[in-house]
Amino acid sequence: MIEQKPLHDGLFSWPDSDPEILGSRCNECGQHAFPPQSSCRNCTGNNTSVVGLGREGKLWTWTIQTFMPKDPYLTDETPETFVPYGVGYVELECGLRVESRLRQNTTADLAIGMPMTLEIIPVRKDDQGAELVTFQFTKKEPN
Amino acid sequence: MDVAIVGLGLHPFGRSPSLSGLEQGAVAARAAMADAGTDFKAMQFAFGGSQDGGNADSMVNLLGLTGLQFTNIWNGCATGGSSLNAAYSAIKSGQYDIGLVTGFDKHPRGAFNPKPSEWGLDDWYGETGLMLTTQFFAMKLQRYMHDYNISRETLVSVAEKAFRNGSITPTAWRQTALSREEIEQAPMVSEPLNKYMFCSPAEGGCALVICRADIAHNYTSKPIYLKTAVVRSRNYGSFEVFAPSQAPFVADSPTVTASRTAFELAGIGPEDVDVAQLQDTEVGAEIMHMAENGFCAHGDQEKWIAEGRTEITGALPVNTDGGCLANGEPVGASGLRQVYEICHQLRGSAGARQVPNSPKVGYTHVYGAPGISGVNILAV
Repeated sequence: MIEQKPLHDGLFSWPDSDPEILGSRCNECGQHAFPPQSSCRNCTGNNTSVVGLGREGKLWTWTIQTFMPKDPYLTDETPETFVPYGVGYVELECGLRVESRLRQNTTADLAIGMPMTLEIIPVRKDDQGAELVTFQFTKKEPN
Repeated sequence: MDVAIVGLGLHPFGRSPSLSGLEQGAVAARAAMADAGTDFKAMQFAFGGSQDGGNADSMVNLLGLTGLQFTNIWNGCATGGSSLNAAYSAIKSGQYDIGLVTGFDKHPRGAFNPKPSEWGLDDWYGETGLMLTTQFFAMKLQRYMHDYNISRETLVSVAEKAFRNGSITPTAWRQTALSREEIEQAPMVSEPLNKYMFCSPAEGGCALVICRADIAHNYTSKPIYLKTAVVRSRNYGSFEVFAPSQAPFVADSPTVTASRTAFELAGIGPEDVDVAQLQDTEVGAEIMHMAENGFCAHGDQEKWIAEGRTEITGALPVNTDGGCLANGEPVGASGLRQVYEICHQLRGSAGARQVPNSPKVGYTHVYGAPGISGVNILAV
């Protein structure tokens, strides 16, 4: 089995059978941030804690990336294999809106307010052959 | 001390393969000084900026080594606004009598590709395809259309106006008017915005000579008074570009705070403005900025644009030279081009695109990453 590693540490809980988004919560004013940061953009303090922000939310806004971005975009895709992807802000339970790639990539499949859930996806192979992974959101199917 | 603009210079925007960005800036600077009937020896200071065109102060090699104070300004798309703000303060404070403001640029073709590390972000943000300004503009607009019932027809109308105004502006890059059908059928870039709804990075230079109001008539018979020049960054909750997360609510943007302060300082209101330049990085930006700058209520743009109120012959002409959509955006020069255009409108020298009935008060607004805005109010 290919080893999987986060592309960047600290964005989501890992390893975890049920990963969630990680953020920071200001111990002074209660506002959240993603990725976690040691200072607070709301109250200017620097007393925060890393907290789990869950794995579900609602789509607040969206667009579709139709062409393969230039550098610094870095995946194993080529212009020929590139598949358009959705981009959106997902409003989590705490209210914070987290920017994310979206699995859905057509206007018919995307709508403001739709329920979304987290998934972990491969980005590219690193030098040692490990698979680097990141987060994205996808439409939450009704239970 | 009141502040006046007495010299206007522009190197046409677009593509100029034989000239560097700096050289285009120097062409604009010499044009502005000639317009004011003066020369570089008379300039006591200069503020200048460029994103990809090199250090502005190296322009002294092309203009002459006179020993003046020359300060480089870099503030993203608000570079021109920040340069003019600095020059305004230099005159207003009494430190200097006359000086030069210049901006220029020369960008590679295609969309900008900013580096995350230069914007306080880690590499994953760019590597996974989130570091695109086009996505931000599209997402801000998508939510705005949802919240305020703005139609796709209105997006098309704004692009149509831009290229029509560009077609009667001799210095514009895009000088061909486009039909609604041509605009509607352009390839989609980032839903809901297609190719003709975005401006493109470009090249060009712009410069202004600015001086104490009490000596302005030594340089021109038609001084334009810079009533106020305000630059603001974002407050918590403003929906902004290059943001991996946004606050749980939407607060006033830096455009709103800069605009409000500018009107307060000038002692006038939006209803007093006769002609405006509003940052139109894409068509939705022009629409949203109409309301953010206080000219109409959110959602009223649909009616305003349908009624032609922002046309050259309308109640509030917006982007009379075709704006960024028709001129492209050489970042360092773009904000100054707005002021250049408004000064021509207030002088009555805007040619085929002249706003009728002698406009008296003009307004310019820039917006740029990662959430800054500059507003100038000008009057004859």
